[in-house]
Amino acid sequence: MNPREPSCEEVIERLFDYLDRELDHRQADDIERHLSRCRDCFTRAEFEKRLRARVEAAGTVKAPTRLRHRIRDLLDQFDD
Amino acid sequence: MPLASPFTSPPMPWPVMVHRDDSGAFMSYRDTASRRQWFEQRLEPLMDRLYGTALRLTRHPDDAEDIVAEAVGKAWIRLDKLRDPERFEAWLFHILTNTFISEWRRRQSRPQPPSGNESPSPDDLDAGDFTLFQQLHQPFLLWWGSLEEQFFNSLLQEDLQRALDALPDPFRVAIVLVEVQGYTYDEVSSLLGIPLGTVRSRLSRARARLQKTLWEQAREAGVTPHHPGQGGPRS
Repeated sequence: MNPREPSCEEVIERLFDYLDRELDHRQADDIERHLSRCRDCFTRAEFEKRLRARVEAAGTVKAPTRLRHRIRDLLDQFDD
Repeated sequence: MPLASPFTSPPMPWPVMVHRDDSGAFMSYRDTASRRQWFEQRLEPLMDRLYGTALRLTRHPDDAEDIVAEAVGKAWIRLDKLRDPERFEAWLFHILTNTFISEWRRRQSRPQPPSGNESPSPDDLDAGDFTLFQQLHQPFLLWWGSLEEQFFNSLLQEDLQRALDALPDPFRVAIVLVEVQGYTYDEVSSLLGIPLGTVRSRLSRARARLQKTLWEQAREAGVTPHHPGQGGPRS
């Protein structure tokens, strides 16, 4: 039996669940199949993925040298 | 009274530090200096992500340093509990998250004096179902370039950090846990002690608010639909 392909509306509704890896394999496959055929939804998904990668990158900030020294001193204290 | 071990088998004295020597035999290092070296070698490449994550969660550099230092100290003390050294990174980030949440709850339970810098209430910032994509997407290709490209090219990391920091605490924490740290909705629900539906709702509202702020920033930076012949961006 061919799996039912979700509509564009359903794909957009579940897009963040898909990007957040909250869907099971079958549901994710359904979304991916739709994205491989629908340019509009594919474009939207790529946009959100790209934005999401920038959000993720915001979680990397050069740690101050002061913090590194603080941690080294802390570990030295535990070693004593 | 010592706590009962959560493990079914006795934990290793510290992470299994084994490697093969030239003859292929496994060797292990259990002296204190090697233990410290093992820990620091794994910690160092994670420092910028630990600090950045802490900074996005707390919004304040001093608070971020405090929770990173506290989390690293806890990890060092509890290193013997880490049974799979390959899980060091996930384990350490989990300690960081729990350290932040404990501190966050402690602060929330205290009456907050008005400082003028506190987060606005989520309801004040409800962005509905706003999406950046709807603002930027043009269903036809313009010869002078795509607005989406223009947006991403002009989006500074500093803009994004500012937009994240402007989110009310419950929204910001939800989006950082999911999009920066990669927790599942179930895990966020357990970590924060809130229902799954609340996690979804906070995420959805956080994303709409974040995207609306980014759109406002982009407009200020001149990213708006315009034709080269019009002599400049429309306001």
